[in-house]
Amino acid sequence: MKQLNKPIEAIFHGVFLMCGLLSVVFVFGITAYLIISGLPAIAEIGPVDFLLGQLWSPSQGQFGILPFILTSLYGTVGAITIGIPLGLLAALFLSKFAGPKASRVMRSAVELLAGIPSVVYGLVGMIVLVPAIQKIFSLSSGATLLAAIVVLAIMILPYIINVSATALDAVPPEYEEGSLALGATETETYFKVSLHTARSGIAAAVVQGIGRALGEAMAIIMVAGNVANMPHLFGSVRFLTTAIVSEMSYASYGSLHRDALFSIGLVLFVLIVFINILLNVIVRKEEK
Amino acid sequence: MKFKNIVRAAGCMAAVAALACSMVACGGSGAEGGADGASGELSGTIATNGSTSMEKVIGTLAEQFMADNPGVTITYDATGSGTGIECAKNGSADIGLASRDLKDEETGLETVTVALDGIVVIVNEGCGVDDLSLEQIAAIFNGEITNWKEVGGADLAISCIGRESGSGTRDGFESITGTEDTCKLEQELTSTGAVITAVSSSENAIGYASLSSVEGQQGIKAVTVDGVACTEETVADGSYKIQRPFNFVLMEGATPSPAAEAFIEFATSPEAADLVRSADAIPAS
Repeated sequence: MKQLNKPIEAIFHGVFLMCGLLSVVFVFGITAYLIISGLPAIAEIGPVDFLLGQLWSPSQGQFGILPFILTSLYGTVGAITIGIPLGLLAALFLSKFAGPKASRVMRSAVELLAGIPSVVYGLVGMIVLVPAIQKIFSLSSGATLLAAIVVLAIMILPYIINVSATALDAVPPEYEEGSLALGATETETYFKVSLHTARSGIAAAVVQGIGRALGEAMAIIMVAGNVANMPHLFGSVRFLTTAIVSEMSYASYGSLHRDALFSIGLVLFVLIVFINILLNVIVRKEEK
Repeated sequence: MKFKNIVRAAGCMAAVAALACSMVACGGSGAEGGADGASGELSGTIATNGSTSMEKVIGTLAEQFMADNPGVTITYDATGSGTGIECAKNGSADIGLASRDLKDEETGLETVTVALDGIVVIVNEGCGVDDLSLEQIAAIFNGEITNWKEVGGADLAISCIGRESGSGTRDGFESITGTEDTCKLEQELTSTGAVITAVSSSENAIGYASLSSVEGQQGIKAVTVDGVACTEETVADGSYKIQRPFNFVLMEGATPSPAAEAFIEFATSPEAADLVRSADAIPAS
């Protein structure tokens, strides 16, 4: 029996290794492609003019993406600020407080929320949220950074809830029982013991939420207004992603405009990688 | 073994067929003297590239033309008018498509107008304005007029909705109203549908969209420009100001392939007019 298994084991080992390596190859391929296609335009425009320029007007040869970078950062920070407390508390409820029936219903609702295509979020945001913001703050147009933040916060919720709930589920019951036995209340136990133990999983949830918020384009293109202004909570803004999406189909091949859009992609990529590394380092440090 | 033979035989047949086709094509161009749309078999590929707004018109015309001439394949890349003109210039497309007239610096090219499209200025039903002059529209989009009461409407701030830079509709609208690079927009949306939805959900909004997509939409109102409503008739006779042509762009002086030439002839012929109309555009002549 053992002899029969060995070659099969070896083959499958190879197959799994291939699959693992493939994703590494994809990452390197994308990195290489983005660098090759993104650097020329940055070199031509000048890194300072490109990254710190405040005016984006391709028809006049102005390629400054500072408004996009700041908008993306503000939008992501805003979405995370709303999304993390909401998501964490929801996950805590699902994992520790909810009865089996309520938990089942809520978990499938969260899964459904994750499965809704982003364009649907955008459409609902456009028809419901944008007019509501316009009315509440009496603006001339509700398509603002605020609307984008709200939509993003809702969109990242299922990711944060799912990953953190899984992490909280995995906390060994002995820890919690020990805490309860020492006389701590349930709330104290869950906040001080369970959340603390599950923090690396929760950090993973945050990383996923940030990545999702930074990379989202389809939903916010419908609610953010897409005008290349410096970010303002009640003003029309354009994100890094929406800048690429809205102009890529019109930028002709070989033009500086098109190359500059690839450069925006490179900046976005670097931003996401940088934030990922930063968060991983923080999490590791805490674990030590 | 048998399977291999079959494959080989099929390959040979395909090669022979291709050869025969190319010979027919040569024959066709050899007999160019008596170019008569109906004579002979046309074959080959016609590559078209350009305006996204022309998708429906090109699709409808190409479908009919390919049905009439089974040997011809027409391809269409929706890239935008600017790219279409560039492709016509550098020869990477047989026919460039542009939903605007050529600019002064775009030389060495000629255009054939196959259809016209009206750009409707749309407002929300609740803003209380029915008619605007071309100057008023320009002033609104330039940010000089910021409240609907200045043009006889309700006391509401105006929010201008435009299309993304590069869009043929935006290009057409801005060049006619003279607002290139001066528009102060509150929203730039990437599709006609999004503009219509945004206008229908906000009383402050004003936007523009092509005539064909506005008909039968709820919650929006097409304003008359200088008293003229945008209809097929007013666009065709030129009395409605905000309109643009759907152009084929060709290299000046160069002879297109026989198939391309026949397609251009077909697209401008009277029998294509109904097809253009069915594609929600207005025949050029």
